[in-house]
Amino acid sequence: MVIGGILVITRRNPVHSALALIVTLLAQASIYLMLYAPFVAGVQIILYAGGIMVLFLFVIMLVSIERSMKERQFNSQWVIGIIAATALGGLFIAVYTKGRDIFPDGPPTMMEGDNTQKVASLLYGQYMFAFEIASLLLLVAIIGAVVMAKKRI
Amino acid sequence: MGAIIQYIESYLKTKDLTPGAAGNMFWALVYIMLVFAGLSVAVIAMNWLERKILAHMQVRLGPMRVGPHGLLQPIADAIKLLLKEDIMPAEADGFVFWMAPLIVVLAAFTVFVVVPFGPTHAITDMNIGILFMLGVSSLSVLGIVMAGWASNSHYPLMGALRSSAQMVSYEVAMGLAVVSAILMTSLNATGTGTLSMIGIVQAQQAQGEWFIFKFFPLGLIAFFVFAVAMVAETNRAPFDLAEAESELTAGFHTEYSGFRWSLFFLAEYSAMIAVSSIAVTLWLGGWLRPFPNMLSGNPWDQIFSLFPGVTFLFFAAICFYNTVRMPKHPLFRIQTIGLAGFGAVLGLIGLVLFVPAVSTRIQDIFWFSAKVAGFMYLYIWYRGTFPRYRFDQLMQMGWKVLLPLGLGVLILTASVALLQQKIWHP
Repeated sequence: MVIGGILVITRRNPVHSALALIVTLLAQASIYLMLYAPFVAGVQIILYAGGIMVLFLFVIMLVSIERSMKERQFNSQWVIGIIAATALGGLFIAVYTKGRDIFPDGPPTMMEGDNTQKVASLLYGQYMFAFEIASLLLLVAIIGAVVMAKKRI
Repeated sequence: MGAIIQYIESYLKTKDLTPGAAGNMFWALVYIMLVFAGLSVAVIAMNWLERKILAHMQVRLGPMRVGPHGLLQPIADAIKLLLKEDIMPAEADGFVFWMAPLIVVLAAFTVFVVVPFGPTHAITDMNIGILFMLGVSSLSVLGIVMAGWASNSHYPLMGALRSSAQMVSYEVAMGLAVVSAILMTSLNATGTGTLSMIGIVQAQQAQGEWFIFKFFPLGLIAFFVFAVAMVAETNRAPFDLAEAESELTAGFHTEYSGFRWSLFFLAEYSAMIAVSSIAVTLWLGGWLRPFPNMLSGNPWDQIFSLFPGVTFLFFAAICFYNTVRMPKHPLFRIQTIGLAGFGAVLGLIGLVLFVPAVSTRIQDIFWFSAKVAGFMYLYIWYRGTFPRYRFDQLMQMGWKVLLPLGLGVLILTASVALLQQKIWHP
C-alpha cells in the first residue's frame, strides 16, 4: 500500500498515477480483510476500485495528456512542505505515545462470521438517521452536478 | 511424508465443507485446477457452439471443414492466434498496453473462486460471496479502459469509453436486482439472510421455491432485470456497440492481435459464464434439480438422477446419427472415423455417469452446468435475433428503464416480505 501511495505521487504520467491509486485501494481492501471486516472490503472494491477509479480514468483520458506531461515539475515550496510534514509526523508520534488508550490492545478477536449482518443491523437500526442524512447529502450532490452540467435550466 | 498424506486425507473425511472453508490448501488447489480446466473446455465449446448455432439460425451451416462438422475449428483458431504476430502500436504506453488484457482475464477468472457447483463443490465459500463476485467483475471495466487508452488511437479510445460507461451503468441495475434476491434469503426462521453463494442456494432449498417464482411476479421481474443487465455488462449483443465490427472497427481491442486478443476473448466468455452463474445461483436454484420439493421422494429422485447419463447418451446418439449421414466419399473417411470416435467418447462418459458412485457426486455439478448452458444458449440466441442498440438508446435503457424497475421491484419485494412476516404468518 505504501509503495502504491508513493507511486501515485511520483509518476509523471497521470494514467500511471491512477493505476497506482487502484493498487493502493486494493491494498486498502486487503487491510480491511485482515481486520476481519469483509463487508467493507467488498464494498471498497466495488465502489472505489471499480466505480470511482473508472470515473477518474475517464477524466484523465479526456483531458489532454501531452501538455501536462511536458510541463516542468516544480517544487518551490519545499521548506514549508518539510515543516508541515514534520509537524504531522510529530502529531502522529504524540498520539501514539501519549494516547495509547484509544488503540485496541491487539488484533480484533471476533471472527467475521456474521460481520455483514451486524453492520446491517447497526446501520438500519441504531444509525438509521445518519444513513438517511448521508443519502440525502448524496442526492443534493447529484442534483447539484446535474444543474451545473446542464446547458439550459 | 506421512504427515502430508494425512493432511491431504483429512479433507476427505470432512463431508460438508468446501476446501477453502476447511482450510485445506491441497484440495483447494485441486479444485482450482478443475475449475480452470472446466472453464477452458467451456470456452472452447462456446466458441464452436456460437458459430454453429448462429449459422443454423441464419439457415447456413457454419464451420464444416476443419474437423467433422467443424469440431476442430476452435483448436485451429487457437493455433492461428498463437502464431500471429504480436503488434504494439507506435507511441503506445507499453506497460499499460501489456497489463490491460491481464487485468481483464484476472478479473474474469478470479470470480470463479466462489461459484457454487454444489453444497461442497466450490473452491471456497466466502461470507461475502456475491459481493466478491460483483466487485471483482467490476474490476474488468478498468482493464477495458486501460486497453482503449493504451492503444493510442481514437477508435479503441472511443470504444473503451463507451464500453466502460455502459458496463458501469448496468452494474447499478445488476446490483439492485441482486439486492432484491438477497432480501428473499432473509425470509427464514432466524430473520437473517446471507451473502454467501452456497447459503443463497440453501435458502432456496429451505424455503421450498426458487427465487424466480417467489412472490410472483416480483422474482420474475428481478430476474428479468438481471438477465438484461448481465448481457449489457458483458458487452454482448444486442449491447455490443462498443465492439461490433461494423461500428467502431473492433472497439477497444482493435490494436490487439494474436495472443493478447485471445485473452480478451477468453475473458469475455468467462465473464459470460460468471454472470450466468450468478443468475443461476440467485434465481434458478443453483445446483438443485428441478422440482426439489414438489416432486420429492424416491421414484422422482431416481428418475432425475438418470438425467446426466441420458444427456450424454443423447449427444452420443446425435454423433452416431451424423456419422451415418456423412458423405461416403473416400476423402471424408478420416472425418467419419473422427466423428464416430467422438460419439464413442461421449457414450462412454454417459455410461460412466450411470454408475451410482459417480452419479451421486455428479448430480449437483450437472444441474448447475445444465442451467448455465441454458443461459449460454440464450446469449447466442440474443446475438442471432436482436438488432444492436444505439449507444444513447442503450444508456437510456440502463438508467431510465432498468434502474427504476429494479428500485420498484426492491421496494415491492421488501413490502411483500414484511407483510408476509407480520400479517400472514406472524
